[in-house]
Amino acid sequence: MSATVAGSRRASKLHYRLRRYLVEAASLALGFVLVIWSVTPLYNMAMIAFESHDGVFSGSIWPEHPTLESFRVVVTQDFWYLEHFWRQFGNSFIVGLTTMFLTLLIGSLASFTVGRLHLRNGWLLTNAALMTYVIPASFLAIPFYRIMQIYGLSDNLWSVILAITTFATPYAIFIFSQYGRSIPMELDESARIDGANPWQIYFRIYLPLMSPALVAVGTYALLLAWNEYLYNFLMLSTPESMTVAVALAQFLNSDESPWNLMMATAILYALPPMILYYGFRRYMAAGLTMGGVKG
Amino acid sequence: MSVTQQTLAVRPATVVARPVRSVWLGGLRGTDHIWAIAFALPYAAVFFAFVVYPICYGLWLGGQSQLYRQLFDDPRYLTSVVNTIVYVGVGVNLKMALAFLLSGFFMRKRWWIKALLVVFILPWATPALPAYMSIHWLLNGQWGMLNNVLYMLFGIDGPVYLNDHWTGLAANIGAYIWKNLPFWTIILLAGRMAVPQELYEAAEVDGASGLRRFRHITLPLMANLYLVCTLLDTIFALGDFNATYFVSGGGPAMSTEVLATLGIRYAFTTALPRLGVATVMTALPVLIPLVFILMRKLRVKEVQL
Repeated sequence: MSATVAGSRRASKLHYRLRRYLVEAASLALGFVLVIWSVTPLYNMAMIAFESHDGVFSGSIWPEHPTLESFRVVVTQDFWYLEHFWRQFGNSFIVGLTTMFLTLLIGSLASFTVGRLHLRNGWLLTNAALMTYVIPASFLAIPFYRIMQIYGLSDNLWSVILAITTFATPYAIFIFSQYGRSIPMELDESARIDGANPWQIYFRIYLPLMSPALVAVGTYALLLAWNEYLYNFLMLSTPESMTVAVALAQFLNSDESPWNLMMATAILYALPPMILYYGFRRYMAAGLTMGGVKG
Repeated sequence: MSVTQQTLAVRPATVVARPVRSVWLGGLRGTDHIWAIAFALPYAAVFFAFVVYPICYGLWLGGQSQLYRQLFDDPRYLTSVVNTIVYVGVGVNLKMALAFLLSGFFMRKRWWIKALLVVFILPWATPALPAYMSIHWLLNGQWGMLNNVLYMLFGIDGPVYLNDHWTGLAANIGAYIWKNLPFWTIILLAGRMAVPQELYEAAEVDGASGLRRFRHITLPLMANLYLVCTLLDTIFALGDFNATYFVSGGGPAMSTEVLATLGIRYAFTTALPRLGVATVMTALPVLIPLVFILMRKLRVKEVQL
């Protein structure tokens, strides 16, 4: 009797082990599929960028004659679409950094007044922000374009900065209000007892303690501004005022698309946000959980 | 010191007991009230200048009824409505289902799964524009890498994906899923991680199988988050411009346009801004209920976990 028990136990152990191997193999296979899926478009981009102009149409799946020629052309602005490349790069930086600064400033002020100063009817402000967050930006693009003309800001970087700040601030308010709850209210009260006015509390206590949330939201705003296309495209029309996103999309206008130059530009455009993203991923993950799991 | 004492003395005991309440009833003292308003002003200004004004202006632009008659007579508009429904319906639900399953996969504790997550997140870290351009070229019928691979591996000539309505639309949806899948996977992963581990341990002690643990712990606890994510992504997908604009370009012959791209095309290519606004406005009957539901859902302070 004990022999049969031992036998069945051995069989179930084998069964269990087999199942574990199968699960392991299946998850490895899934992992492989996921890598291919995630990397293919990026590989395609790199492959074309390292290809010579004729090689693009060779039908091979790796660069036949790998060359840095397209990158040289982009970096030295040696093509008529790329005449102002570095200026446009600078524009993208100006838009990104200014948007980041404004978003952090406006968002933290608003969350401070609602969460810490308990502004009367502050929920109106929160609701306004929420509403903005859930309105698709592309649906407002047409009236926005007209309004920027009315404000006299067409073909001006400020139009894009203001537009993206508008769409980034709600998320900022959201994250800041959530994060702010973890900062004890007693700090404000004791500062107040020591005679600090709200501005001092905001600047000396609130902002320093909020720094992880500030980093997360700042990165978010910077990436949003850098990656945004539609508003950039509508508002900025001259090559001198364009950002890289618009300049990049211009390649699609031409009949003889220099695909290798386009992809080299695309890579140079994609690198800063990717570096930023991976550099601040730790904070971003925190930001995502704070803002994302808000069910 | 004397200032401190004075403040303490002036403060009534009730304020200390329930500071928040009293503030809500108008307890802000003179200067504080001014500060509070001053701090709220920048956002209020942004909201009125760049949200309220454009919305009102848009409503005024798209407020003529003959625009809608013109719109409903346009077969391209009707196609775009169907496309939008397919795009949002398939794009959102397929993606959320995949994200939900993958979030479970990424819960596995293996060193290589952690490394895989870093690679998996690449599409999300890449700006949309270069990624979609690359996908556009990847799917090129003649020189695209996909067909090259198909030819090399199986010796078949793949179709010209972007020259057909359905494969073009599928390409747009696929690109949209490719770009956003990592984001939602991570959100749902965070949700799964927030489920207390003790629940699973308790269920295991009670002899619940893996499937039952999933059915009775994971599902009910994740349902709300899943719903919110789905609704939020429905709005994002409804307003998504880039995937359609850069992958299929709305082609062939404007047959894969969605409302967001068609509106822009009417307004800026054919210079009919009113018609463009009207196109977008026809999404309002879907958008407004969604916005209302989401605003209620997102106001819930604590996650139900």
